[in-house]
Amino acid sequence: MSRLYEVMFIVRPDMAEEDVDKLIAGFSTSVTNGGGTVKSVEKMGRRKLAYLVRKFADGNYVLLTIEASGPVVLELERRLRVTEPVIKFITVRMDEEEKRLAKIKALRGTRRKMSAEPVAAEAPAAPATEATEPAQAAV
Amino acid sequence: MPEETQAKAPDSGAPQGQQSSGQGSGPGSGPGTGGPRGAGRPGGGPGGRGKFFRRKKVCKFCTEKIDAIPYRDVRLLQQFVAERGKIVPRRLTGVCTTHQRRLTRAIKQARNIALLPFATRH
Repeated sequence: MSRLYEVMFIVRPDMAEEDVDKLIAGFSTSVTNGGGTVKSVEKMGRRKLAYLVRKFADGNYVLLTIEASGPVVLELERRLRVTEPVIKFITVRMDEEEKRLAKIKALRGTRRKMSAEPVAAEAPAAPATEATEPAQAAV
Repeated sequence: MPEETQAKAPDSGAPQGQQSSGQGSGPGSGPGTGGPRGAGRPGGGPGGRGKFFRRKKVCKFCTEKIDAIPYRDVRLLQQFVAERGKIVPRRLTGVCTTHQRRLTRAIKQARNIALLPFATRH
């Protein structure tokens, strides 16, 4: 059963760009080896941290969107914990949220379609009657 | 947020006048709850009468139809966080319960990933 997860982690700021890419590639392969898919990788760049983490004031944020099963995520988290350059990480489960959002969008779509048809039928009819009425009232 | 409350203050009508009358007319509960609360809220709210129905403050998420509150959206979350980093209660921001719960969850997640501070100002 594949679930959607968002993994955000912070890499030390004194790491070179290529090393960060190597790390990301390493994590991606561990996910795909476990039978999951990496949906997207987003490097959010260097940001100032809200508080000191291991004496660093800023860090390189990376966001990974993954579709995988539980054990794969467990393995990924273990790797994140062990990797020295990664100073913080958080895994958020997103599939329930996505289901809810999709439901709301579908509801909005059906609501609009139902209200669109009678409005369209009334609109051409209404101006026609309105045009005739003021003419009669003027007379 | 302060701008919003000051703009709505004229609607409730002379909050200054209400504050003074509230403190005078409420012998037991007035000065105790109305005084510090009235002083703590500059230019907003129905003054010292604590039991009065608060002016209709709408939930920002319900009106703008924002479905998801992601922890990554720091700018949105910062509007609901006080200066010292504390989460602002919903009676001050006017957020509805469901959205306040989601907001709290997002703020706590953001705090964990160092996007928001736990506490500021030493």
